[in-house]
Amino acid sequence: MNKELVELLKRNARYSDDELASMLGSTPEKIRAEIKELEKQGIILGYQAIVNEQKIDVNSVVAIVKVDVVPAANLGFDEVAKRIASHREVESVYLLSGGHDLQVIIKVKNLQEVANFVGKKIATIDAVTNTTTTFILNQFKENGIIFTDSSDDERRQIPV
Amino acid sequence: MIDYSKILNPTVVEMKPSGIRRFFDLAAEMDDVISLGVGEPDFKTPWAIRNAGIEALEKSRTRYTANSGMIQLRAEIAAWLSRKYGLEYEPEKEILLTVGGSEAIDAAIRATVKDGDEVIIIQPSYVCYEPMTRLSGGVPVIIETKAEDSFRVTAEQLKNAISEKTKLLILPYPCNPTGAVMGKEDLEAIAEVLRGTDILVISDEIYSELTFGSTHVSPASIEGMKERTIVVNGFSKAFSMTGWRLGFACGPREIMQQIIKIHQYAIMCAPTVSQYAAIEALKNCDEAVEEMKAEYNRRRRLIVDGFNRIGLTCREPKGAFYAFPCISSTGLTSEEFCEKLLYSKKVAVVPGPAFGKGGEGFVRASYCYSTEHILEAIKRIGEFVEELKNNK
Repeated sequence: MNKELVELLKRNARYSDDELASMLGSTPEKIRAEIKELEKQGIILGYQAIVNEQKIDVNSVVAIVKVDVVPAANLGFDEVAKRIASHREVESVYLLSGGHDLQVIIKVKNLQEVANFVGKKIATIDAVTNTTTTFILNQFKENGIIFTDSSDDERRQIPV
Repeated sequence: MIDYSKILNPTVVEMKPSGIRRFFDLAAEMDDVISLGVGEPDFKTPWAIRNAGIEALEKSRTRYTANSGMIQLRAEIAAWLSRKYGLEYEPEKEILLTVGGSEAIDAAIRATVKDGDEVIIIQPSYVCYEPMTRLSGGVPVIIETKAEDSFRVTAEQLKNAISEKTKLLILPYPCNPTGAVMGKEDLEAIAEVLRGTDILVISDEIYSELTFGSTHVSPASIEGMKERTIVVNGFSKAFSMTGWRLGFACGPREIMQQIIKIHQYAIMCAPTVSQYAAIEALKNCDEAVEEMKAEYNRRRRLIVDGFNRIGLTCREPKGAFYAFPCISSTGLTSEEFCEKLLYSKKVAVVPGPAFGKGGEGFVRASYCYSTEHILEAIKRIGEFVEELKNNK
């Protein structure tokens, strides 16, 4: 696996094959083949723009829902997690160590939708015994990208 | 009224201000300029180093140190030079901490050059050697390195430049702006010419950690060279510590003794907080340096391929962080190219002649910028070159 290639795509998935080939001292054909292989192996799962939702809709809400699960007869952790994950409002689902069992991050249009979602789609699952919802007030950094309006140095400083 | 033109030091008054600065003062007045002009890393100083500096401030480690610098730091430098380049220097008497590599070069020239001495200066190269030489009453003798030689100085060129007045040779490798490096064989050829002479050498190795495809070889490691060479290096480029102002000079104790005298009177000691931070840098930051180097390497390939693709021949630089493409195919001079490019496309690069007459026909573009910044600059320069072709 070409670790350097993966790192570059993580940084900016829109580098062209030519640019990647240039930076890595390779050829566009080799790069294309390597990327195909990485996708085939499930190492690269997707390419998504990281968006500052606040700038699109100032009412949009991101909430973290901690879900306590007591596995029932035909409903283990995995099944509960999959059922929650199937909803489009759910951005991520994690199984945690210690404390709460599942951590679910949802992105919705407003506060009312949070209440509706948790009440109707999560709390109603048999194996769920409790939910605790926390709201994100401000996003400073996501997926390695710092959300700022301007920077004091026109050249982006790369922390090492 | 005082007539300043009559009373100030004429040597200084006659010195031309840096050609690099003029361009950037121009560019600074415009909006949305993409600059490829600056010669310093864009990386933050690694966290461990900043932390060590903060700790020194918190503990008020802010007094003068020994003139030569803290002995612990000198010991770390000796260990680092030995490990990296096979150079052996005694921390007690052969290493001096200075305010940047700049002070080391200045003091070394002042300690060695007297009025009328000839100083051989390789060009194109960093702008300070000529003015510093003149300030000491020295006479610069310029060797113009050639693109065909990958801007390395040849034994032949050196032989032709030597006269009975030659006191000093300044070797600037890895080189700003050409990105040239001198390998072991290249340096052995130079050493052969100098063997048996009394000619001294200042080797400005500030970019020694930034070499691509080969490890840096110090001239001082070649036989017959250690006794005549003052090695200058520092923390600015490798560790991204430009503003911390810390460099060092190493050489035979007889030479260092004299350089230290100048340093004692003019500077006292290099910044204390920077010295503490530097100890951390040498002990624990190899990995951070490797990361930065890998990033520079990617940008290097990107910018060199970029220039070649848009029709400006650019040889592969083997060191430092500059590309030196040839722009003569446009029919413009370097100055014209840079000015027209700045005004029509808002991209700033440095005209080659700022580094010596041999820089005519070239421009210097730094790659200490993000890949996105570099790609945008190349795109605009490409458009500029196309438009020039279409207007012919």
